[in-house]
Amino acid sequence: MKTIKNIGYVLTFLGFAFFIGSIFTGTYKVTPEAYQNWIESKGIKSEVFIENTKNDLVNQEMSSWQLSNIIIENAKASNEQIKSEKEIAWDKIIHLKWNKTSKEYIYPLIRNSATGWFVNNTTLWFFITFGFTIIGGLLVFLPDYKLLGPAGIKNNGIFQHSATNRGIIGFITAFFFIAFYFFLYFFPNYIINPILAVDGVSEGLNEFVKTFFNVERKPNDGSPASQWFLYGFMYCSVMTVFAVRMFIKYRHNKYQMIRTAVVLFFQIAFAFLIPEILVAFNKPWFDFKNAWPLNYTFFFDWSIDGLIESGNLGIFMFVWGIVLTLVVVPVMVYFYGKRWYCSWVCGCGGLAETLGDPYRQLSDKSLFSWKIERWLIHGVLLFAIVMTGLTLYLYLAEIPSWKEVAFGISGYDIQTWYGFFIGSIFAGVIGTGFYPILGNRTWCRFGCPLAAYLGLVQRFKSRFRITTNGGQCISCGNCSTYCEQGIDVRSYAQKGQNIVRSSCVGCGICSAVCPRGVLKLENGEDTGSSRTEIKEVLLGNDIDLLSMTKKND
Amino acid sequence: MKNIVIIGNGIAGVTAARHIRKKSDHKITIISGETDYFFSRTALMYVFMGHMKFEHTQPYENWFWKKNRIELVKAFVNKVNTESKELVLNNGETLIYDDLIIATGSKPNKFGWPGQDLKAVTGMYSKQDLDTITEYSKDCTRAVIVGGGLIGIEMTEMLVSKNIPVTFLVREASFWNGVLPPGESEMINKHIKEHHIDLRLATSMTEILSDENGRAKAIITDKGETIACNLVGLTAGVSPNVDFLKDSGIELGRGVKVNRKLETNIPNIYAIGDCAEQHEGIGERRPIEAVWYTGRMMGETVARTICGTPSDYQPGHWFNSAKFLDIEYQTYGWIWAKPRENEARFYWEHKDGKKCIHINYDKNTKAFIGINNFGIRMRHNVFDKWLTENRTIEYVLEHLKDANFDPEFYVQHEREIIQKFNTENGTSLVAKKKSWKRIFQTS
Repeated sequence: MKTIKNIGYVLTFLGFAFFIGSIFTGTYKVTPEAYQNWIESKGIKSEVFIENTKNDLVNQEMSSWQLSNIIIENAKASNEQIKSEKEIAWDKIIHLKWNKTSKEYIYPLIRNSATGWFVNNTTLWFFITFGFTIIGGLLVFLPDYKLLGPAGIKNNGIFQHSATNRGIIGFITAFFFIAFYFFLYFFPNYIINPILAVDGVSEGLNEFVKTFFNVERKPNDGSPASQWFLYGFMYCSVMTVFAVRMFIKYRHNKYQMIRTAVVLFFQIAFAFLIPEILVAFNKPWFDFKNAWPLNYTFFFDWSIDGLIESGNLGIFMFVWGIVLTLVVVPVMVYFYGKRWYCSWVCGCGGLAETLGDPYRQLSDKSLFSWKIERWLIHGVLLFAIVMTGLTLYLYLAEIPSWKEVAFGISGYDIQTWYGFFIGSIFAGVIGTGFYPILGNRTWCRFGCPLAAYLGLVQRFKSRFRITTNGGQCISCGNCSTYCEQGIDVRSYAQKGQNIVRSSCVGCGICSAVCPRGVLKLENGEDTGSSRTEIKEVLLGNDIDLLSMTKKND
Repeated sequence: MKNIVIIGNGIAGVTAARHIRKKSDHKITIISGETDYFFSRTALMYVFMGHMKFEHTQPYENWFWKKNRIELVKAFVNKVNTESKELVLNNGETLIYDDLIIATGSKPNKFGWPGQDLKAVTGMYSKQDLDTITEYSKDCTRAVIVGGGLIGIEMTEMLVSKNIPVTFLVREASFWNGVLPPGESEMINKHIKEHHIDLRLATSMTEILSDENGRAKAIITDKGETIACNLVGLTAGVSPNVDFLKDSGIELGRGVKVNRKLETNIPNIYAIGDCAEQHEGIGERRPIEAVWYTGRMMGETVARTICGTPSDYQPGHWFNSAKFLDIEYQTYGWIWAKPRENEARFYWEHKDGKKCIHINYDKNTKAFIGINNFGIRMRHNVFDKWLTENRTIEYVLEHLKDANFDPEFYVQHEREIIQKFNTENGTSLVAKKKSWKRIFQTS
């Protein structure tokens, strides 16, 4: 069993090594047609730039780093020249931004210019990256069925292991997570080879849907993988492998088994397959479970227009999105708590509950971090509401979004800031990248505006609570330690008070790790004061309270 | 404003301090030589196993004490001078008090075994014990645990989690059979063996042998067998930690003798928690109760008395819980190892051998007396209410779904349980649907 596990580690490591190593190899060759298309689609007007890049790039073999450098250097030179002229031709300036240029300018050109081994061997390439890591990951986790001993809570050594206790392995893991998000969000031009690993999957899926549903074919309607397809496929693979880990670790706990299966299903079906199928049907990419304000672009002009232009299905999607946020979400939270979304349906939650499970104990439990949490998450909710309000106002008043609204700031600026700081940096880089340092729910706890909204409903109008079992608590602290949301569960349990907290995502682990059977997630009937009542004396102590109050009077 | 000094920062002493602070402005000082801050003793095992760090066992953040004006002194008390109301600490300082609360807890029992003070021979009670175990487990090739109670099986679990081979000596013929009836006890025996623990029933230790460095190298059993080991856990129960009070004039039995108000024979001195000994046991309870929640309840009670509302310590219906490796255990009311004359029993065990319930009831009146539940969680408030309302076993079984406290989606066994009862007793009980109304109704 140990040997199988070690083979798994080696395979996983190899798969990752190939995946990461491929960034530094491979050549790209820009064809004249691709170049021409690119110049036109980007609307580039600077003659100097066009002339120079054409000479430097077209029909030359080079690495992605060289190619990217040539474009940026030429753009800089062109800008300088244009600005040095007496009358500056502003429309010829190429606006360079570190977080946008690579993604919006370089990536589209380089994506179609890959040559050589990676393009010609997509199946093999897929196998030695994804194949190795997925099989390796399964070989690492499956032996736990035997190695961990009889079913039960087996958190042995978690705080004594470098990977799960902010040791050197934890920091290295975080470094790779963070680096991955930076490449994905801002520099996809350097990860073409990793993207090519799933090119076959993307094309195959598209082909399958078209054949299966007999969709009418158009010329050039293939579906090469984008960086987002890579991300989606990785997301599903990682979740699947780590869901297997959950199934083994919590095989005695049916709540965990079902919850893990459901959240995995929603990720694969709703966030991955259905949107890809829609695309194969030439419909808008749409995730039916992604509710505003987590889905912050839902009310952006291009999103609304895109849906409305897609006929009845698009209109349905638009209406569904609104109903989801305004009706489905609060009603479901009333009956079941926000867990129905955050730990049963949501993609961010799904990753946190699978890949993130080994890191749940790292969330900070101090009162201080709870204070930060409340300011931050409600601040983001406010930001999302203001941004969306402004967006809708501009849309309905038919004011172009780039036009200044006040203080030299346009609606577009505010959308961009939100997208950058909240959508990319907070949700991705910090939220997931810092799993091994800050725990697995940093985004959900401190940043997610939808979680804030659900939390308000859960705190003030819901049947959900974690019931404390009378006087059985021994204050051991397992519940607080393993709460991914940093809730000091014990502080409630030892007072005999139910846990009703806006941040609780109902993962159920506090109840699972409790050695005395003190905690139970329930949707009780009574939503009145008994839900949050603090008892004067815990159950078991029969002090005569009545005589006491008399004496005190 | 009184000057209140509490000796001991365990659950009893700290609960007393918290409740005194809630009700008054008295000056409060807690003395402990064990640790700087209150921690949950019951969680020490999880620190060793790596489930938690030591700081996680502390229920309050470190700023809590200053904010609530509870002064902490790190020292042991050597002597209590009841005349001058003065404490002499082991660092030479003295401390005066108006009211004194003794909450010094327990110490592991040692029965005069030869070699019991060798290196790598330890109980599993204090933070210091934990440090000792941590140190000697590093190069441990085999450990022997002596004493088959709750702490014994916890210490066994700790060492097994580090893949250390463990021999577990239990004096009785079956695990914890002084408390557990045969069915439950046998179930735990099996579960212990399932974990590859070398369980030796009806075996005790006679001697611990030393190596040349004064560290345990083997033990000898009463059957004459020598078991090589270099870590020995002494877990044969605990007794009150009251040696420092011997010449103080405070009346001692095994513990500090107290009345129902938790007052000792000397005015203004109280004793609570594990170290307190009632003159007579309350109800069926023992005079000394070394249980987490009784310490807490005594703390709640003494705080009332000190703050001007003299109150009796009035524990309600007995309850308790524990965990044996992977099997959770709860109990409500009384169910002894052997039935008393007026008692009848109903036992159900799940076919996987990891779940069972055992109900004790009155033969004649059918009144429910108590339950042991293993592998199934039950609601405390529901059983407490049933005991107060003096319900029959039939009522309890019919409403058993109300009491179920297992996580959602768990397989429920009420129908199977009731079927078995019906078959055995010729009744035709039917399980009633769970009712939130009944569950949350306060009697």
